Amino acid sequence: MSKNAIIVRDIWKQYRLGQVGTGTLKNDLSRLWYKFRGKEDPFLKIGTNNDRSKKSKDDWVWALENIDFNVKEGEVLGIIGRNGAGKSTLLKILSKITSPTKGEIEVYGRVASLLEVGTGFHPDLTGRENIYLNGAVLGMRKQEITAKLDAIIDFSGVEGYIDTPVKRYSSGMKMRLGFAVAAFLEPDILIVDEVLAVGDAEFQKKCLGKIKNVSSEEGRTVLFVSHNLGAVKNLTTRCIMLEHGKLVNEGKPEKVIEEYLRMTTLPENTFFETKRINEFWGKEIRLTKITPIFSGGLSFFHFGENLQFEVCFQIHKCIVDKLRIGCTVSTLDERPVLSMMTSAVIEADMIGNRNYKLKINNLRLFPGSYKLSLSIGIGSFQETRMEFDVVRDALVFNIENLTESGNAVYNWRQDYGNVLHDHVDLQIS
Amino acid sequence: MQIASNKKEIIKPHKSLFDLRLIELWNYRDLLFMFVKRDFLASYTQTILGPLWFFIQPIFTTLMFVFVFGNIAGISTDGQPKILFYLSGLVIWNYFSDGLNKTANVFVSNSGIFGKVYFPRLIMPLSIVVSGLLRFFIQFLLFLAIFCYYNIKGEVTFSFSTALLLLPFLIILMAGFSLGLGLIITSLTTKYRDLSMFIGFGIGLLMYATPVIYPMNAVPAKYLFLVQANPISPIIETFRYAFLGSGMFSVLNLLYSTFCMAIILFIGVITFSKVEQNFMDTV
Repeated sequence: MSKNAIIVRDIWKQYRLGQVGTGTLKNDLSRLWYKFRGKEDPFLKIGTNNDRSKKSKDDWVWALENIDFNVKEGEVLGIIGRNGAGKSTLLKILSKITSPTKGEIEVYGRVASLLEVGTGFHPDLTGRENIYLNGAVLGMRKQEITAKLDAIIDFSGVEGYIDTPVKRYSSGMKMRLGFAVAAFLEPDILIVDEVLAVGDAEFQKKCLGKIKNVSSEEGRTVLFVSHNLGAVKNLTTRCIMLEHGKLVNEGKPEKVIEEYLRMTTLPENTFFETKRINEFWGKEIRLTKITPIFSGGLSFFHFGENLQFEVCFQIHKCIVDKLRIGCTVSTLDERPVLSMMTSAVIEADMIGNRNYKLKINNLRLFPGSYKLSLSIGIGSFQETRMEFDVVRDALVFNIENLTESGNAVYNWRQDYGNVLHDHVDLQIS
Repeated sequence: MQIASNKKEIIKPHKSLFDLRLIELWNYRDLLFMFVKRDFLASYTQTILGPLWFFIQPIFTTLMFVFVFGNIAGISTDGQPKILFYLSGLVIWNYFSDGLNKTANVFVSNSGIFGKVYFPRLIMPLSIVVSGLLRFFIQFLLFLAIFCYYNIKGEVTFSFSTALLLLPFLIILMAGFSLGLGLIITSLTTKYRDLSMFIGFGIGLLMYATPVIYPMNAVPAKYLFLVQANPISPIIETFRYAFLGSGMFSVLNLLYSTFCMAIILFIGVITFSKVEQNFMDTV
C-alpha cells in the first residue's frame, strides 16, 4: 500500500487570458527567437497569480503554481477549492489532455478520467458502441471490454437506451453511462471531476459506493474533485486544497475541509453590508459590525469561555419599543446548533450609532469553527416578534480545544453534538 | 488485478521533437479501427440512399465535367472517352481532397473528445486516411465498372502494363500527401484560423493546377513546368497511364513526388505531435 501511484513534482501551468488572436504570431516568433538563441522563454517569467475576481495587469496567468504532492496506491484523494482554483486544470494535466508548462509528473498505471459529463462519448454512436470506444480509448482490447459489458450496462441503468445514439440521452443518462464505463473498465487510477452534480440521489449514492469499493476492495487509486463536501469527507482518505493555483493545505479530509470552509465563509473583516438576504432588511435599524472580544490578545475562544462580541448598529428611525438582539450559532456546514435572544434593553428613542457588548455565558461549544447569524428586533420566541435587520453568517469564530486553565477536551466526539451541557442533576426518585 | 503490470509514465512539458511514440500508437490499433467504423457508419446514418452516396458524388461531378470542360470548353481528353478520363482523375483526386479536408480540421472538429480523454492524437487523422481508403475503393470499383463497359464497347482496349503494379504505391503517395498537408494545416489552425479559411477554396484551386480535367500533354510548353512542379500531378498521370495507356509517365517525376511526400509527411507528423500536447489551451 505504500507504493506511489502518482508523484507530482513542482507543476506549473500558464494560460493566456483574453482573446487568443492578434499579436499571437508576433509573440510566437519572438518566443521562437529566444529559444533559437538558447535563452529562457521571456513569457515564462511574467504571469500573475490566478485570481478570478481581480483584473490582472498582463495577459498571462499562472493557473497552477508549484504544485507538489504524492498519491499512494489505493488512496482516495480529495481535491477541493473554489471555482477557478485550478482543480480541473490539475486533473487535465494528470489525464494528459494538456501538458504542464513546467514540472514533471510520474504516473504508475492506466488512468481513466471522468471530466465533466459524458466524457469522450461520440454523439452519433450508440451507448454500446461508445462503451467499446471508451474502452479502446483506455487502451483496452475488444475481448476485455466485452467481458465487462454486462456489468457496465447493469450499473448504469440505461439498458433501454443502450442501442440508441448517445446524442438522444439526457445529461443524467450520459453521466450514468460515463461513470459506469470509467469505474468498470478497471483503470489503475480513476479521476472523477464533479460528476455527482448531475445524477439523481439514487445514482449518487451508487457512485459513491462504487468509488469506495474501487479503492478499498480493488486497491485502485481515486482522485476525487467535488464541491459536495459531505461526499468528499465520507469518501476520501486524504485531501488537498487549492487556492489561486497554489496548494495551500494537505492532510486529513476533516481538517482540510474545515479549513476550506473557514476560508470561504470568512471574509476577514466583520462588516457585513453584503450579507443581507434582501433589501428589505436594515432600513430602520441597521446592524453594521460585530467583532469578537478575545481574552489576552488571542484570536480564538477557549473551550468553556464566555463568548463576548461587540455589536454595532445604527438607528435610523426611532422606535417606541425596546430592542433586543438575537443570534443563531451554526457549524460551517450549515447545521444550526442553537439560537438565543437577549432581553429587550436597547432604547431606540434617538437616531444614531450604538455599540453594545453581547455576552453569551456558559455556552460550552465543542472545539471547532462556528458561524454566528445576527438579528435585531422586538419581541421574543414566546410572543410575536419582528426583526428590523437580519445578517446571516455575520461572523465566523473558533473555539480551540483548550480550556482557560490550559487543559484539552478529551472523550468528545463530533457525533455527540456541539454543546457540552453540564447542568444535569440526578436524584433518587 | 493488474497492479503488477503498472507501467511508469512521465508527464512533462515538452517531449522531444522526435518522440513520436509509435509503439503507443500500435497499442491503440483497436481504437483506430473503431474510429474508421464510426466514420464510415456515421457518414450515411439518417440518409435514405445510404452507401449510394459514395457513387452519386463522383458520377454527378464527372457528368458535369463532361458537359462543362469536355463539351463547352472543349478541353482535350487525350483521345480517351470523356467519362472515363474525368472519372480516372476524380477518383484519385477525391481521395486526396477528402482526406486533406478532414485532417485539416481534425483538432477543431474533435476538440470535444480530445478535451475529455487521452489517446494518441495521431490515431484520429490516421483513421480519416484509412476510412478514406475504403471510400476510395468503392469509387475505384465504379471506375473499374465503367472501364469494363468501355472495354466491351471497344472504345478502349485494356493492355496490361507494368505501371498497374504501381497502383498501391500511388495510393500510398496520395494518402501521405493528404495526411501530411492536413497535419500541417490542422496544427497551425489551432492558433491561426486563417488557414481554415484558405483550405476551403485552396483545395478547389489546387485541382486546377493538377491534371484532373486536362491531360498533362495538353498544357502549353511554357506553363508545363508549373504543372510539373505540383508533386501530385505525376500520381494522376501515372494512374491514367496504367489504365488508359495515355499520359506522361516518367519515373523521375514519380520520384520527385515521393520525395515531396516524404518531406511533407515528416514535417506534418512532427508539427502535429508538437501541437497536440497543448492545443486544448488555444483551440
